[in-house]
Amino acid sequence: MHALSLRQLSKTYKTGVHALKGIDLDVDAGDFFALLGPNGAGKTTAIGIVSSLVTKSAGKAYVFGRDIDTELEAAKACLGVVPQEINFNQFEKVSTILLNQAGFYGIRRGIARERVERWLKNLSLWDKRDAVSRTLSGGMKRRLMIARALIHEPRLLILDEPTAGVDIEIRRSMWEFLRRLNAEGTTIILTTHYLEEAESLCRNIAIIDEGRIIEQGRMATVLRTLQTEIFVINTREAMDGTPQLPGYSVRVTDEHTLEVEVSKEQNLNDIFAALTYRGIEVLSMRNKSNRLEELFMRLVEGRDADGTPTRAAAGE
Amino acid sequence: MTTEAGTVAPPARAHENEHRWVGFNTIVIREFSRIIRIWGQTLVPPGITATLYFLIFGSLIGPRIGDMGGYSYMQYIAPGLIMMSVITNSYGNVVSSFFGAKFGRHIEELLVSPLPNWLIVLGYVVGGVMRGILVGIVVTLIALLFTRLHVEHWFAVIGAVLLTAFVFSLGGFVNAVFARNFDQVSFIPTFILTPLTYLGGVFYSVSMLPDWAERLSHANPILYMVNAFRFGFLGHSDVSVAVAFTVMVAALVALFAFCVWLLDRGTGIRD
Repeated sequence: MHALSLRQLSKTYKTGVHALKGIDLDVDAGDFFALLGPNGAGKTTAIGIVSSLVTKSAGKAYVFGRDIDTELEAAKACLGVVPQEINFNQFEKVSTILLNQAGFYGIRRGIARERVERWLKNLSLWDKRDAVSRTLSGGMKRRLMIARALIHEPRLLILDEPTAGVDIEIRRSMWEFLRRLNAEGTTIILTTHYLEEAESLCRNIAIIDEGRIIEQGRMATVLRTLQTEIFVINTREAMDGTPQLPGYSVRVTDEHTLEVEVSKEQNLNDIFAALTYRGIEVLSMRNKSNRLEELFMRLVEGRDADGTPTRAAAGE
Repeated sequence: MTTEAGTVAPPARAHENEHRWVGFNTIVIREFSRIIRIWGQTLVPPGITATLYFLIFGSLIGPRIGDMGGYSYMQYIAPGLIMMSVITNSYGNVVSSFFGAKFGRHIEELLVSPLPNWLIVLGYVVGGVMRGILVGIVVTLIALLFTRLHVEHWFAVIGAVLLTAFVFSLGGFVNAVFARNFDQVSFIPTFILTPLTYLGGVFYSVSMLPDWAERLSHANPILYMVNAFRFGFLGHSDVSVAVAFTVMVAALVALFAFCVWLLDRGTGIRD
């Protein structure tokens, strides 16, 4: 069963911007799915169409098999959306916002009050239940939007950059919360600019660019398509020139640091052996960038995470 | 943490009406709470304005004008002033509430919910009607401080005030849908609604006007509303009461259909 299916979904805005160019996408029930893409790629438009905030130009969208053209109310009942921008009434109290949202989904006040308490406690907002929402911090506002999206306990939760502008501690606690939610059966679709977040949380991924899906599949499978990784090596002694490592592309960034590009067929042992042979002692080593970030940059912009053109992009 | 995700099925047909009723009630209660919460903006100003009208036009100028249609000027204008308050407040409530929700983007809370668009329109409109009626009651109580109001036809009074409040709440909804900024929220009330109200027979009988002006006045829908309401109090109307009610019902049906169509299209909200 697919939690979400998109078929040839297209959107052209009145301004002439062709935001979606016939995308096909399937997200399985129970999945934790990442939808990635640069700004303006079409992610928010796709989410907007599914949640009926944007009118599609063509194509079909199904939420748990329910066609948004013919069974919109049933499709909406399965869906919870956490938008990118704050969109609650900033003059209302936290608990009122949730009670109203529960009411819009047909949940009676008695049940709604129980759920408000449960979700506010789960998201560490219970102490703020009587606070006017505009007085909340940025992180609290994000959590309030998550609580609001969950108040009707949807089977599919879509989060559009939920951790943007949130500090690391809260971000990590939100990750844990989302993991638990997914483990308990909620299908989650996540868009984020924190690629570490997507790699850490999601099992499947789609990358969208200029209105088209340019890559999709299992996270592990997609990451395996990376042909090379760049490792940053720190040395104890200052290096005199660029050490020769046959078969490897090497760049010295300062006298104690070098970057080595390693292809899938090569291994790190040979690098260490070659450096040891030359009397260079390695202090530490790390990936130059997150693997998903590397892949993302190559696919989307044809360049490395630091902005240097890839071989493919450079025509090599 | 316990979630029950996956256990909540989409509303079955048998529960659909109950869900809709709860959703509709939620909108109405929210609108009513808003009216009461900001009573200093919603209920007090119309009361002060009405008091000034009754004081100046009714008590000071009225006696010099003399009777109108067999009634004192104060008795004649009282129904018109009540109706004027109902019109401006039912309109103003929906335009400010819906535009505020659009501007603050919390209208999206409703748009992503399973509530059908016609129910969203109805919820906002009933909110406008409530404010119109509340303000109408306030102005009526103030009128009773200045004059005695006798009701000739209760049905006409209640029917006219409800239909008028509904029609102008719907008008406010249309205004809010098209408005892109706060200037456009106040444009229609200032340049169209107020002139039509003042020229709609609130302060005078159109039979006093020259022929061409009287004929022109019959194109003003507010004339029918004010006169149907006045007929309820005084038993006197410048227009056919049957025509007046027909105009109001037709306007209500047409405007409601138009509002739902606008929301279905997403005019001023989506894209």
